[in-house]
Amino acid sequence: MAAIVEYAPGNVPEHDPRPLEYTNKDDSLKIFGFWIFLATDMILFGTLFATFVVLRTHVATGPSGQQLFDIQGFIEETFILLTSSFTGGMATFFMRRGSVRGTVGWLLVTAVLGASFVSLEITEFLHYIALGATMQTSAFLSAFYTLVGTHGAHVSLGIVWMLAIVIQLLRYGITAATARKVFVVNLYWHFLDVVWVFIFTVVYLTGVIK
Amino acid sequence: MPSSHLSHWGLLVTGDPLIYGADASIILASVGIVFVLTYFKKWKWLWKEWLTTVDHKRIGIMYLIAAVLMLFRAGTDALLMRTQLALPNEHFLGPSHYDQIFTTHGTVMIFFMAMPFIFALMNIAVPLQIGARDVAFPYLNAVSFWLFFFGAMLLNISFVIGGSPAAGWTSYAPLAGLHFSPGPGENFYLLALQITGIGSIATGINFLATIFKMRAPGMTLMKMPLFTWSIVATNILIIFAFPALAVALALLLIDRIAGAHFFTIHAGGLPMMYINMFWIWGHPEVYIVILPAFGVFSEVVATFSRKTIFGYKAMVSSLLLISVASYFVWAHHFFTMGGGVSVNSFFAVASMLIGIPTGVKVFNWMFTMYRGRIRMKMPMLWTIAFIPCFVLGGATGMMLAVAPADYQYHNSYFLVAHFHEMLIGGVVFGMFAALYYWWPKMFGFLLDEKWGRWAFWLWNIGFYVCFEPQYALGLMGMQRRMYTYPAGMGWTALNFISTIGAFLMGLGFIFMVWDIVYSIFKGERDLTGDPWDGRTLEWSLPSPAPHYNFAVIPTITDRDQWWTLKEQGRQDTLRPQTEDIKPIHMPKNSAKPFLIGIAFFTAGFGFVFGWYVFGAIALFGVVVLLLARSFEYHSDYHIPVDEVIHTETALGRL
Repeated sequence: MAAIVEYAPGNVPEHDPRPLEYTNKDDSLKIFGFWIFLATDMILFGTLFATFVVLRTHVATGPSGQQLFDIQGFIEETFILLTSSFTGGMATFFMRRGSVRGTVGWLLVTAVLGASFVSLEITEFLHYIALGATMQTSAFLSAFYTLVGTHGAHVSLGIVWMLAIVIQLLRYGITAATARKVFVVNLYWHFLDVVWVFIFTVVYLTGVIK
Repeated sequence: MPSSHLSHWGLLVTGDPLIYGADASIILASVGIVFVLTYFKKWKWLWKEWLTTVDHKRIGIMYLIAAVLMLFRAGTDALLMRTQLALPNEHFLGPSHYDQIFTTHGTVMIFFMAMPFIFALMNIAVPLQIGARDVAFPYLNAVSFWLFFFGAMLLNISFVIGGSPAAGWTSYAPLAGLHFSPGPGENFYLLALQITGIGSIATGINFLATIFKMRAPGMTLMKMPLFTWSIVATNILIIFAFPALAVALALLLIDRIAGAHFFTIHAGGLPMMYINMFWIWGHPEVYIVILPAFGVFSEVVATFSRKTIFGYKAMVSSLLLISVASYFVWAHHFFTMGGGVSVNSFFAVASMLIGIPTGVKVFNWMFTMYRGRIRMKMPMLWTIAFIPCFVLGGATGMMLAVAPADYQYHNSYFLVAHFHEMLIGGVVFGMFAALYYWWPKMFGFLLDEKWGRWAFWLWNIGFYVCFEPQYALGLMGMQRRMYTYPAGMGWTALNFISTIGAFLMGLGFIFMVWDIVYSIFKGERDLTGDPWDGRTLEWSLPSPAPHYNFAVIPTITDRDQWWTLKEQGRQDTLRPQTEDIKPIHMPKNSAKPFLIGIAFFTAGFGFVFGWYVFGAIALFGVVVLLLARSFEYHSDYHIPVDEVIHTETALGRL
């Protein structure tokens, strides 16, 4: 295992080929730990997906996905969230170039996209509830709201987290520590994007295609 | 609706003298603790040295204390049950009270005794074994501990406030659903385990990062001590199994508090799905608690036979094989589900296959002892006692794995005897071996051998007297969880013998506690740091180790580094040289992990009773604490060289 050289923040030599967020031992450890956390979160979602797949035909007296899902709504959600993954990537790009303004700007764009995704999702849920399709209606709907809602809760938490990092960027500039935070929140964000791709496919697409 | 006699909606549980006794003892114990702390002016000490610590060694000790207390608590449950079952038609405990007691016995033993015991060991030993100064995320480590601690508190107060869960430690739906288990008891179970489970996942992440990234230079994976390897395997299991439990618990909770239909009988719910999800976590969990015990045995056998372990590579690969295979056996917990021939055959064969790597380990321990210079010290005694017990339990496990035959054994006392043989004869004996083995490293003195032997023999004889009759009882038709039985079944004598055995083990526990108390005052002091003539790095340090562990991080060339150096007479290579000492980077103590624990506890308590606003405010407190941590930029400091030199000189190492 290569020894990790440690530098004081802001004192990284020019020739160091590693990205800023990996230049400090503690920060690179935290990134590694976060990858393991993502593995656990993947199992969490995997279990919820398994539950949904088992229960998706258990509609009891309630509506099926085909009767319920609004295609335009979930397509919009999908495009917004996928775009936010790109803008999150832009934030990392500017972070690597040492631009506080670029990083903060793109993080804010990402957070705004995330917020509009969440509000669309809430609107979608409220719409279904108004139609009488609640979590209490059937096992299918219990699984639907829980799986999609858990993802939405993750996104909401990500927005709060991102805003906290924006404040820290404005306060401390781009250091090994703040760079690591930008990097990690983006890992989280991309992960949620991947989960959404599965929700889009497993829940919505297979739901509306008979 | 069935009556709600299982639980009590009023805040305090009333109407049973045992409960009033518990009320009184809880109040007396609390008053006593407050009095002692105030009288000896120890509040500040408690806060600064323990409640806010991020030192893995202290966190390990706190886990250990909690585990021993919980062993007492759940052991008392066991004795109450055995008292009830000693004779037919007894009414010492009512049926609902009996249900609560077998539920909390199992829940506490697994989650709040076995889990913290293995967490204690990994905290105490792993960083020292790999030459690290702490774990990868010391602050997160403290958070894990306090989540465990307050989760345990939440479950334990259910006994006197609100009523305990009563649906078994497995808490199967639909019995555990709102319809059949109204009242807060089941909520206590779900929320307490959820809170402690978050802490367990964090521990899994923490120790994997620690072991993969923080080993001393030269310590390749295949030079790691086997205990550390067992912790790798255990933590891989933790991170992949615990999220499934988190989901199972969450969905059952959503069913109960939001009226959803995951596991209900109507509206499309599938109760069997809960049982599948529970055991997808539950079977790996069995290995989560046994693999560290395997690691302990590997260390102990090599040390006390003065031989390098036989078949190191086979030991490592069998650990990893067991952890992979343990994901493919979960359905053997319910062959009677009606999954069909193909499903049952798959899980039966997979369950039997696990016996192979486990058998490899048993043979390797015995080959290590073969022609070794064996010293019968306490850790070795517990290890030797483990082998026949575990082999017997393994053999009955093979019988249970035969799916058609399992229809006969299912949920009978045969099963009860089998898994107690694995969990006591395997896990608990392993934890006891570890307790004696690492005790001097933790506290700087040895536990007394004479009293230890009393405890050892009482435990061992008690174990066989208690559990062997239960195999027969199971074959004679006695089902688990029955609160009493009629006379004339032919069960009375065996039950009575079994109860005697249980009390012998209880006596063994008392001797063990006495051993600790006696040794605090009269135990042999460990002045060398290496009382067992050990093989691995932790024995190269003083006992207890200074809080930074290693003044200079050692360089590793050998699997049994410390032993090899001793053989070559080069122990001094691991002593620090003044010119090598540099300022040591350490994390600062923090109150936030403790406060996060309190916030989670408060939220859990609120949700148990359906006080959602109250619970939500407490959860908001968790978020505030997380954000406060995110804004904290000076959570570490450097120990100056002078201070390190001073400490090392005082320890006689410079």
